[in-house]
Amino acid sequence: MSNPAKKSADADACLAGDGASPPGPALPTFIRRLSASWAVAIILGVMLLLSGCGSEVSSRPLSIAGSTSVQPFAEKLAEIYMQEHPGVRVDVQGGGSSAGIYAAEHGAADVGASSRELLGEEKKLCEIPIAYDGIAVIVHPSNPLTGMTVEEIRQIFVGEVTDWRAFGLPAHPIDLITREEGSGTREAFEHLVMAKREITPRALVQDSNGAVREIVAGDPSSIGFISAGLVDERVKALAINGVLPSPENIKTHAYQLVRRFILVCRTAPVGPVKDFIDFVLSPKGQKILEKEGLVGVS
Amino acid sequence: MQREKFIERVLLLLALSSIASLALITVFIFLEGFPLIVHTGLTNFIASAHWAPTKGHFGILAMIISSVLVTLGAMVLGVPLGLSCAIVLAEFSPQPLKLVLKPTLELLAGIPSVVYGFLGVVWLVPLIRNHLGGPGLSLLAAAVILGIMILPTIISISIDALSAVPDIYREGSIALGATLWQTVRRVVLPAASSGIITAVILGMGRAIGETMAVIMVAGNALQIPTSILDPVRTLTSNIALELGYASGRHREALFATGIVLFIIIMVLNLSATLITRRR
Repeated sequence: MSNPAKKSADADACLAGDGASPPGPALPTFIRRLSASWAVAIILGVMLLLSGCGSEVSSRPLSIAGSTSVQPFAEKLAEIYMQEHPGVRVDVQGGGSSAGIYAAEHGAADVGASSRELLGEEKKLCEIPIAYDGIAVIVHPSNPLTGMTVEEIRQIFVGEVTDWRAFGLPAHPIDLITREEGSGTREAFEHLVMAKREITPRALVQDSNGAVREIVAGDPSSIGFISAGLVDERVKALAINGVLPSPENIKTHAYQLVRRFILVCRTAPVGPVKDFIDFVLSPKGQKILEKEGLVGVS
Repeated sequence: MQREKFIERVLLLLALSSIASLALITVFIFLEGFPLIVHTGLTNFIASAHWAPTKGHFGILAMIISSVLVTLGAMVLGVPLGLSCAIVLAEFSPQPLKLVLKPTLELLAGIPSVVYGFLGVVWLVPLIRNHLGGPGLSLLAAAVILGIMILPTIISISIDALSAVPDIYREGSIALGATLWQTVRRVVLPAASSGIITAVILGMGRAIGETMAVIMVAGNALQIPTSILDPVRTLTSNIALELGYASGRHREALFATGIVLFIIIMVLNLSATLITRRR
């Protein structure tokens, strides 16, 4: 994990730089990524359609597109923001982190939402961290283990350790549960834990945090990972390298498995976009995110 | 007369449009999926079991095998059960009983598949986990749930086939001194065989195409199963699980999975049609 203090200083610089005019889209890149631009074209089309319907709204709606991990939180924020600002509409769409960053880069959406860090070329975009999300490794409550090291978790998910005997428990095969390929949570887990190694094909695959939690809650010999905000009393979150995924530990990064949720803009946000982002970063916006299970940045 | 012609044309157009949608779906699936098969090569696509689409591996062998095994399992359970049900209803039940039982069985077809999946998760999966071992989400669980889901298809088509056998056959057989059971086994069943085979093939198509219930109970692991208690991922679950986030090659790979599924189901349906026509 890179230094969070420096990142948020970058974001402040982003927010301070008002008034810069947006550069036009780079045409050659646009043509090269013709297939990806299809997705953007569809998003744009939907936006146009929607904006055509809302007759009572005077201005163009603010559009947010991107990570499906961020989407439910962005929807909640948009809902409350719209209650406070009648006349402004905020549209939230999914599509995945990469699609969201691409949409922001090419102006198809005002704001991109990402649950992964920006890579390479994307770093020139303006990023605003809005929250931290811990990834909790969960087991059945009857499991006597209370913690593991990152190394041990990796050995389980690579498929080298397949029996609970290795942890001094009664011999029983480990049922491991992962998320589907392409999921943001899985991507973050692979990045933080797997060290470029692949998750074993033996692993059960479920397509939502809720489904993973449901199976772990019912199977005493299982292990899985979900967003820390979604851990409830039916499953037990393990301490990683001795640190539990509590909100404080996630905020200070004492807990190792933490990802950032960021909003991405092509340039420093101005006008209604800036107003919405200011709302997200305000104590009220941050409180909304914390109520939904995330950990605020401020 | 003019008006009649006009109505005929409109009806023809409507009929063609439903066929056109089938053609469009076919063209679309092939256009989207074919580039990937060209890109990875057919052998690498269907003969490799390494599926890691975000890292450039697109082998669907494990899923083809799993789809076939789950479907076979469903057949082993569903065919004897469905066929015996159909025989009882068509040959051995008094008319009033038949009038009650047949619609009741057909109600099974109206239950949404997510409900079957849910029942599987809360009832069947823990049963398997606690009594047979493994994670419970398994080939066996998927086969049992599918076996129940294909019953209405098999039963209703088999009953139609059995009822279509002329009564003269039965009367002739009984007149020769055969018992009721001997009549059914030696005369009625062979006479209805093409209809029954069609029922089985259509049930098979239903089983191989079912998605929601299978995602919920099969565990979706990417391995080639070595026991019926292993979790498996079928072709349909693969598409439904990953389409939400897929882009680029990954998306193409899912459409290519669709092509394989499309071909399997087309072959099944065509053979059902041919067998029926032979009669």
